[in-house]
Amino acid sequence: MMSALQPSELDRPPLARSRSAADADFKSVSAVLRRADFGDRLRSLALAAPLLVLLALSFGIPIVLLLSRAVYDPTIANALPQTAQALSGWNGQGLPDDATFVALAADLRSSQAKGTAYELAKSLNARLPGARSQVLKTVRQLEGAGDKPPLEVMKSVPFWSQPGTWPSIANGTHSITSFYLMSALDLRWNNDGGIERVPPEQAIFLQVFMRTFFVAAAVTLATLILGFPLAYLIASVPKGLAAILIVAVLLPFWTSILVRTAAWTVLLQKFGLVNDLLLWLGVAEVRLDLMYSRIGLIIAMTHIQLPFTLLPIYSIMRTIQPSQMKAAYSLGAKPFTAFRRVYLPQVFPGVMAGCLLTFILCLGYYITPALIGGASDQLISNFIANYVNVELNWEMAAALSFILLVFTLALFGIFARILGLDRLKLV
Amino acid sequence: MLLSPYPTLGERIRIGLLWLWCGLVILFLIVPILIPVPLSFNSGTFFIFPLEGISTRWYEVVLGTQRWQAAIGNSLIVAFGTTLIATALGTLTAIALSDDKFPCRRIVMPLLLSPLIVPVVITAVGSYLFYARVGLASTYAGIILAHTALASPFVVVTVGASLTGFDRNLMRAAAISGAKPVTSFFRVMLPLILPGVLSGAAFAFVTSFDEVVVVQFLASANQRTMPLEMFIGLREKLSPAITAAATLMMGLSIVLLVVANLLARRSQRRPVAGA
Repeated sequence: MMSALQPSELDRPPLARSRSAADADFKSVSAVLRRADFGDRLRSLALAAPLLVLLALSFGIPIVLLLSRAVYDPTIANALPQTAQALSGWNGQGLPDDATFVALAADLRSSQAKGTAYELAKSLNARLPGARSQVLKTVRQLEGAGDKPPLEVMKSVPFWSQPGTWPSIANGTHSITSFYLMSALDLRWNNDGGIERVPPEQAIFLQVFMRTFFVAAAVTLATLILGFPLAYLIASVPKGLAAILIVAVLLPFWTSILVRTAAWTVLLQKFGLVNDLLLWLGVAEVRLDLMYSRIGLIIAMTHIQLPFTLLPIYSIMRTIQPSQMKAAYSLGAKPFTAFRRVYLPQVFPGVMAGCLLTFILCLGYYITPALIGGASDQLISNFIANYVNVELNWEMAAALSFILLVFTLALFGIFARILGLDRLKLV
Repeated sequence: MLLSPYPTLGERIRIGLLWLWCGLVILFLIVPILIPVPLSFNSGTFFIFPLEGISTRWYEVVLGTQRWQAAIGNSLIVAFGTTLIATALGTLTAIALSDDKFPCRRIVMPLLLSPLIVPVVITAVGSYLFYARVGLASTYAGIILAHTALASPFVVVTVGASLTGFDRNLMRAAAISGAKPVTSFFRVMLPLILPGVLSGAAFAFVTSFDEVVVVQFLASANQRTMPLEMFIGLREKLSPAITAAATLMMGLSIVLLVVANLLARRSQRRPVAGA
């Protein structure tokens, strides 16, 4: 606002005044300036505040709340307060003392009275497969025990005297837990406090993550092979023709993912057009099951992602002068050499941007695998949705979300670091 | 530009192969999105070419049955609500960000864009978890709020781009002439950045109208939108009505996005206003 007042000018003392008086003037002027500046900053922040507050409420809090569920699960601690206290003196070896058994019996009774027994059983079951039925059975027996002492009832259920049971309960009584995050990577704590892989029959998630990465990589590669030559062609032909060709890229880009997925479900049917084409070309002898298959999923995702890979490559190819290639030819370079040494290094940032973007977006795919993939083609997002919708296991959904988000943000970090966020502009 | 003035045979073959490959890629891009269009006018109940006959019976199903009508209505309510909030707040934010005085832009900008970066399932599941606690699950307000988070980045970016061509001295001139800030916004700034604002609004509308994952988690049976009805239909039983719905949705988003892009281009090409 008052940028004309440079400090150096203010610093020059007028003839009639002492140096210190000028210093005082300078200080007061710069204080006024700073205050005015502060007011301007505050005003511009106030303009942005409504959206920032709305985003914090509608988006920020939900994400933080969800992620917190991955490491914070007070269900067991809340349901078993007496057991937790009794276990605090336990050394973790063998079985805890009888008082702990009695405390657990009391906790189970009160959780039955409060109606939280089923929740507890489910939560324990996540850590200790098979615990659900044992907890509910014990609760019933405690109810019908009459005069029988609780300790006797507890000892009569073999489950509570098995070696693996109590360490899991002791772990569960800590509300802050790494259990779900570890499970999401198919890891667990062993009895010595070290980390180990879960047994192969319980391991599911690493395979799902690997599958997600594989599909993302395959789709990225396919879009690059299909998209790079087309980007090159569009960047090389005259303007009018380029405009027509770019429309061919933008039309699918502007159609929603759901609509394109719907189109592919129609095309990939057993009696659909793709099978017609394959038969007619003689590529296939019988009609293939493309729906609910990995290859069908990759084809559809490639179609959806192709513009995302192509557009950043095209936008950088457009800036390269054709005269550079001609110069390379005139200096004696063979076409392939000129392409490799002159053209490719310049378009490389665009290729990186397009491929990284497609790879990152593929990691989060949900709709297309849900509709076109089979049971063994579901990606990590589908597992997250399934844990919420079917298993009602929020903690596991949260842990998988946490890890997916870490991968996504790390890749975006790389993107921003080496390419700058400006390249993200697609609209 | 592709061919040198005196092309060799090898060069001709290479360029021919390039054209052939690109022709196939363009077919791959275009044919799948065009396929639902003829199928939606099929009079039969199957998705098989050749068509049995031309009819509009599937459009009558989509536009005439109560289930689809309700879905279209819900989609419009949610999309208009989202567009209104996202455009108003997004425009204000873009204006704030275009000011040199805006503090910590380097932190705020990525935060504003984060709804586009976070995988949508995480957003949907998180919203479901939080909105259920505060009574916003299964309400229009909840869906509109969640969609506003997804749509507002587009408004901030498009309006921001149109503001780069806006001369701030015009606002000073208005202030010197005695206009209050609100008056100078409506009389000076808004008319000049209007193409950018409208373009952002169109992006916001399409983002909400096409969105299905968040809706799937937040909507009860009463708030099913058109994409959700399509998603459910695709899961349960494939009916040609879906191709009609898909054609309608595709038509709407393509028209709106063509308009949005033309407006965005126009607002960015404008030279420094008044200069």
